[in-house]
Amino acid sequence: MSAPVSDRTASPLIFELGQEGRATRYVEHGKPLQSFMPANVLRDDLPLPDNTELDVVRHYTSLSQRTFGIDVGFYPLGSCTMKHNPKVNDALASLREFAELHPFTPDDLSQGALQVMHELERSFCSLFGMAAFSLNPAAGAQAELAALLIAKKYFRDRGETQRDKVIVPDTAHGTNPASAAMCGFKVISLKSDARGRVDPVEIRNVVGPDTAVCMMTNPNTLGLFEERIHEIADAVHEAGGLMYYDGANANALMGNTRPGDMGFDLMHLNTHKTFTIPHGGGGAGHGPLGVAAHLVEYLPTPYVVRDGDRFRLDFDRPKSIGPVRSFWSNFAHAVRALAYLYANGAEGLTKVSQYAVLNANYMRVKIAEFLETPYPEICRHEFVASAQQLKKETGVRALDIAKALLDRGYMAPTMYFPLIVPECLMIEPTETESKETLDGFVDVLRDIVQTAKTNPQELLDAPVTTVVGRVDETRAARQPDLRWRASR
Amino acid sequence: MVQPDLLYSKEHEWVRIEGDRATIGITDYAQESLGDIVYVELPKTGKAVEQFGNIGVVESVKAVSDLFTPISGEVLEVNAALDADPAAVNRDPYGDGWLVKLKLKDASETKNLLSARDYEKLVTA
Amino acid sequence: MYTPHTKADIKAMLEAIGVGSLDELLRVPAELKLRAPLDVVPALPEYQLRRRMEQIAKRNDGVEYVSFLGGGAYRHYAPPAISALAMRGEFLTAYTPYQAEVSQGYLQAIYEWQTYICLLTGMDLADASVYDGATALAESAIMAINATGRQRFLVSRAVHPNYRAVLKTYCDGLDVAIDEAPLADDGTTDLRALAEMLRETQYAGVALQSPNFFGNVDTLDGEALQAVRNNGAVPIAVVAEALALAALATPASWGAQIVAGEAQSFGVPIAYGGPYVGFIATTNEHMRRIPGRLVGKTVDNAGRTAYVLTLQAREQHIRRERATSNICTNQAHCALIATIYLALMGKTGLRDVAALNLERSRELATAVANAGVRLRFSAPFFNELVADVGRPAGEVLSALRARGVLGGLDLGRWYPEYSTCILMAATELTTSGEIAKLAAALQEVTRVGAGV
Repeated sequence: MSAPVSDRTASPLIFELGQEGRATRYVEHGKPLQSFMPANVLRDDLPLPDNTELDVVRHYTSLSQRTFGIDVGFYPLGSCTMKHNPKVNDALASLREFAELHPFTPDDLSQGALQVMHELERSFCSLFGMAAFSLNPAAGAQAELAALLIAKKYFRDRGETQRDKVIVPDTAHGTNPASAAMCGFKVISLKSDARGRVDPVEIRNVVGPDTAVCMMTNPNTLGLFEERIHEIADAVHEAGGLMYYDGANANALMGNTRPGDMGFDLMHLNTHKTFTIPHGGGGAGHGPLGVAAHLVEYLPTPYVVRDGDRFRLDFDRPKSIGPVRSFWSNFAHAVRALAYLYANGAEGLTKVSQYAVLNANYMRVKIAEFLETPYPEICRHEFVASAQQLKKETGVRALDIAKALLDRGYMAPTMYFPLIVPECLMIEPTETESKETLDGFVDVLRDIVQTAKTNPQELLDAPVTTVVGRVDETRAARQPDLRWRASR
Repeated sequence: MVQPDLLYSKEHEWVRIEGDRATIGITDYAQESLGDIVYVELPKTGKAVEQFGNIGVVESVKAVSDLFTPISGEVLEVNAALDADPAAVNRDPYGDGWLVKLKLKDASETKNLLSARDYEKLVTA
Repeated sequence: MYTPHTKADIKAMLEAIGVGSLDELLRVPAELKLRAPLDVVPALPEYQLRRRMEQIAKRNDGVEYVSFLGGGAYRHYAPPAISALAMRGEFLTAYTPYQAEVSQGYLQAIYEWQTYICLLTGMDLADASVYDGATALAESAIMAINATGRQRFLVSRAVHPNYRAVLKTYCDGLDVAIDEAPLADDGTTDLRALAEMLRETQYAGVALQSPNFFGNVDTLDGEALQAVRNNGAVPIAVVAEALALAALATPASWGAQIVAGEAQSFGVPIAYGGPYVGFIATTNEHMRRIPGRLVGKTVDNAGRTAYVLTLQAREQHIRRERATSNICTNQAHCALIATIYLALMGKTGLRDVAALNLERSRELATAVANAGVRLRFSAPFFNELVADVGRPAGEVLSALRARGVLGGLDLGRWYPEYSTCILMAATELTTSGEIAKLAAALQEVTRVGAGV
């Protein structure tokens, strides 16, 4: 492989820096390992670089400066709810009594941690109309998996093992069918109607004695409210199936209406979306799993139980599907989520989703002035625009618009999802953004669409202000280079 | 581009039959719509495959497409060169980019396939 | 509340949309309106919410105790430089790096993480992280199931009980049966019995943990590895204490094809169990089966070095029901923390920490033995050991607690035959004074005839 033509902007890898013996001393020198263990169980070499703290600080500071977070700028990434992550949450999560508590600490010495989990769980139950939540799952996808394992066990207990189908609308997140497959369920994909909704008549046509679960999100990934959700739930329930609510979009309705009241039996939340947990560049997430009364016994272990004014972890739950994680919860995130609940209270949370919907609709009508919006009606917390028409006229695609936004200091919306909208841009502003920010973004987007008509090449070349230009993904996949190796 | 001397499936695979041997690949139209192909997952040699059954997967950067055999038979050989050079499927779908060679089970199955002309109609429709 | 909306803003925005009020905008159908007031914790201004949470935190008395708790979560020194860097908002508040051009820094950090895991385990490649050690094992089992097409899995009883429980949860979903290989008397896996099981039954994979749940080095020997190979099963190494990788022979060196691990020890707060960070490392042969995100190095349109999420066609957002896993969000930020920890420590520092863990745990072993308590096992151990107190471990642990010491884990909770045994951990943070305190308390409560 030849050397890159110009690599001046490349940041060296940590492995290319440092000198052996240069590390900053955090602990005293240990004795040779052979003085403790037989040589045959020890490794020969440990080929890691030694760098000073200053080198390491500069290296990762430099990498942070090549990374875009909410703290840097507007992040309208649809279905990801990139709202402000309050700094007080992090301060509280790092309190010594939380951060240094060992998971095997006896319950009566962990009452604070258990209280956090209990208060959070009770608040979620009320907010979403569920009987109980498990805080065990690490992320939304894992909660989906746990929910489907619950469904599988529930039907097994009822002698209904023939229920092996999971119904998933075509607008669903990709995790839904993937989770279903991990439980041995077969996926039935359901086409959305012309209004972008699930048609209850269609549901009646596909449900039957083999229906296990229908997985939906409401509002759906087009940002549209499934107002006939009751009819859909009735059809599934009459067929003996369960309703699952994918809570990725809970920011649209929190405090105003509840999945439990819509007829959902199971649901998850992504607290790293709705409840301001920082997403951290792809996790850690936190995926509380809620269930209606008839499924409480099946929740993953452990479950936090309150006895009077004391709390304990309950592992002795014979019908449970078992744990899905090494330990009890992504606890530091439970602290953050609870802090966020305290910062808002019921009334504040209700306002949160109202303002999220307000911001999304405001942007939708502004953007509709110059870009196609395939579902021109009141949306919820997010909406989709399409560059289909623009592409026909100018050759500029959704991808090019996205890259042009990067050049102008914005994160791009979610692209090419949901799959049913061609050249899709899925935009979710969240409630923490001001009108000025939204106006600024709309103006920039308007300018980009104008540029598409006058100078499309500029957009096809974008981005040019970023540390690298468009990345060769084909080469990355054809010649996978997944790690550094020492050159010999 | 459709090759006149081949037979086709509606799922955009082609088959070239020579005696009791069949060579299978994906069409130019298929490679074009998938974009840059980065990986091809093929069956093991010796495996018996049924007409229109799933025998593997073709991956591009952002899409995955099932591979169906246009005809039944036993897998004699797979194109191992594609491991190192999956781009051959894009470059030369009817030549170097072939996928699987089969020992034919039932030559009469060809009646279920499309002629070059009919396939051309399908993709230009 | 963290919303910026003024009354004037709301009015102007509603007008632009063409609706009269927020209620009209929300259009909640009548039958879906709330029927009762919400029962949520009360709203507090920030200074009061802080006070409230600090009061709750104070009820975690456990942090004030001298602790020998381990068992998959370890107390290690984390230099403040880690949080100073990792908590930078650019890292902390980024989403998954879908837009590579504005995510080069994070992508590079993950590429460095993947490399660190490869260097530590001796494997060819590693993923961008999975949830934790337990799910790393479960996902590795799925890799083995997909690689072999077999529906039966073999795991050693010396693998962390929580990991085995999660493995079971996942395998139940896939209708995969699990067999457990028994323990030998020295506190390692009974390799002869394991080989015998492998001769009789075909398995998708076989998992051993080293150091195992008892702290002992526990790997396949030549004969057992041969039995695994003859069987066709995929050998999997489980790592719950990643620091041991700095000292012990790599899993690759004893034949593992997949390493499923937990990297909490690398600077990630112990935080009552999470978030932690799991990893999966494997050989090139299994590259396409690895779950989760992968970062690859490539070039941009001007030929400059660039990093990007790659081999995405394995993943749920493209392959949907046939993805290698349903994982989407992983533990990127914990992986970043671990990467920065490893960068700060370096080869020299990490070796020193490993050596100190060996030293302190041997000091602990000597003190326990001198207190008249028997060490249960004889195999080489890393930083945990098993003390047999000769009476129900729970009673002894309660008595130690009364003396301000969390003495370790009651093994009877998972192993009825070890109900008189305590699993104790010592790390570089364990002081000689703490060890002396434990030893004195242990001597007192286990003295023949002493009431506990």
